Formats: sequence, structure tokens, C-alpha cells
Amino acid sequence: MSRADAENVEPRNRRHRVSLIGVAGELLLTAGVLVLLFIGWQNVFNSWVLNGQQNGAAAQLGKQWLDESASPSGGGSSSGGGSAAQTSVGPAANIPVEKSAPANQQPIAVMYVPRFGTDWKRTVREGTGLDVLNSSTAGVGHYASTAMPGAVGNFAVAAHDTGYGSTFLHMQNLRLGDKIYVQTKDGFYTYAFRNYQYVQPNEVAVLDPVPREQSAQASDRILTMTTCNPPYHTVERLISYAVLESFSKTPPAAIASVVG
Amino acid sequence: MYAALWRMLPGPWWVRLLIVLVLLAAVLFVLFEWVFPWVDGIVDQNQQGTVGT
Repeated sequence: MSRADAENVEPRNRRHRVSLIGVAGELLLTAGVLVLLFIGWQNVFNSWVLNGQQNGAAAQLGKQWLDESASPSGGGSSSGGGSAAQTSVGPAANIPVEKSAPANQQPIAVMYVPRFGTDWKRTVREGTGLDVLNSSTAGVGHYASTAMPGAVGNFAVAAHDTGYGSTFLHMQNLRLGDKIYVQTKDGFYTYAFRNYQYVQPNEVAVLDPVPREQSAQASDRILTMTTCNPPYHTVERLISYAVLESFSKTPPAAIASVVG
Repeated sequence: MYAALWRMLPGPWWVRLLIVLVLLAAVLFVLFEWVFPWVDGIVDQNQQGTVGT
């Protein structure tokens, strides 16, 4: 029997031989594909899914608060004229501020930042643990030690820049004067973006009532947003400061179509 | 390894292809739903976005 005949009789035996190096190669290729899949899942798929969920949860909460604030007035025409007026910020401004400290994970506000996207909104929950930052119903966390929305001092929040909804991915797009709207069950606080700071991750002084001026007496009503810098890395922190401009019971015109 | 898997599958080539695609979908689902979130919790201990940790 010639060699060719042997192959014709048992062609499968030859093909069935599995070489160690072949299996090792396939395992390595598989591992590479898995790593790429993981990166894709983390930065594209999961981020996209959570962005939708977090946006939806914020829309629901914003609408709920709006409905609740509208219902006691019964129709709204009686109090509508008065409550629509904006309260501008002064030393003795009568701006409502939540007094009681919220429990961890409790929703305290809904943020709207048109610069991040016309439809962009997020629920702000108490605490900055991953239980809040990675949550499908939050995305933004409030530093528990800092002031509440509208208060004199520093209302400080944190969010991921990439992954888990990529909440503050476009933070570096903010321009001087850009509006940041913070809705609570009391109404809408309008902050205006003032400046950035790039700091080390341990720079907790940015959370001070007067950021990075520990002994100073607070007089401004500040919103501080912290996220990672540069995008996709965690070596530094990008800090954005905004100052309260006004308060209104009803949605400001710029986000009226987005709320609810 | 994968060639051996292909040979183990029954039926003509298009049935095998169908089975492989279903298996791939199942593997992807398990990875996306359970494995990747679990791995992410292990590798990403940095509280990215917050200061002071």
C-alpha cells in the first residue's frame, strides 16, 4: 500500500492530530479576543446601556418632582405668576435649601447640562461610592460632607468620565458661563460654569466651602464637579466650578422641553 | 481545538454553522451579563472620578 492509499483510507487520522502548540496558540488568540471584548464592553456597550438607563431614571424623577410641586397649587394659575419669577442670588437671597442630611443613595437632585447634550440629565444621589457612581439609576454622587444644592458653600458632586454611563465624559467641553441646572423637589437652581482646575486625586481641598481655601469664610454658592482626567485614565482629577446665578420654582426656559 | 469542536458537531456545514453561532451568542451573553461586570469589579478598584480616595 502506497502512502497516498493510506491517506485515502484514513484521512481523518491525519487531520485529528492536535498539536500542543496549536492549542496553545488558539488559547492565546482566545484570550486576546476576550480582552478586546472586555474593553469594548466596558467603554462602549456597558457605557451606552447605562447612559440610557441613567438618563431615563433622571427624566422620571425630574418629572415626578415637577408634578409634585405643581399639584398642591391646584391648576397653577393662582400661584403660577408668582412662582415663575426667578430669585436672583444676593447675600440675603431667599433660596430654599434642604436642611436634613440625606441617607446614602438617596436621590437629592437631577442635573441638566445642555453642554453635555441637549437631552443630558442625571440623578444625583447621596454618597460617592461605586454603589452610586455605577448605578443604573444615578451616575452622579454627592460628597456627603459638602453642602446641599443652593446652599452657601460648596455643593460637590462626582461622576465617572468613562464607563458606567460616561457621565462626565464631555466635562472639558464646558465654556465660561455655561448653565448647569440642578433640580430638587423645591425647584431649579441655575449655576454658571466658572473655571477648571486640574489636581491630584488626593486633593480633597477642592471640596472645601471655599475650594482650596480652608480657612476662608464661605459667601458664594458653589457647585463643584469632579471627574477623572485625562479621559480613559485615572491619574489626575478634572475639577469644574460653577456659581449659583438664580433659583426658580418652574423649569428655566432653556430646559423646559427636557424636564419631564 | 476549534477544528476538533467543528468536527464534533453533527449535520451538514450550515447546521454546524448555526450551532456555532448560537453557542457564540450564548458565550457572549454570559460574558456581558455576568463575567465582565465581575471582572470590572476586581480590576477597577480606583474610585475614578472622586477626590480623596
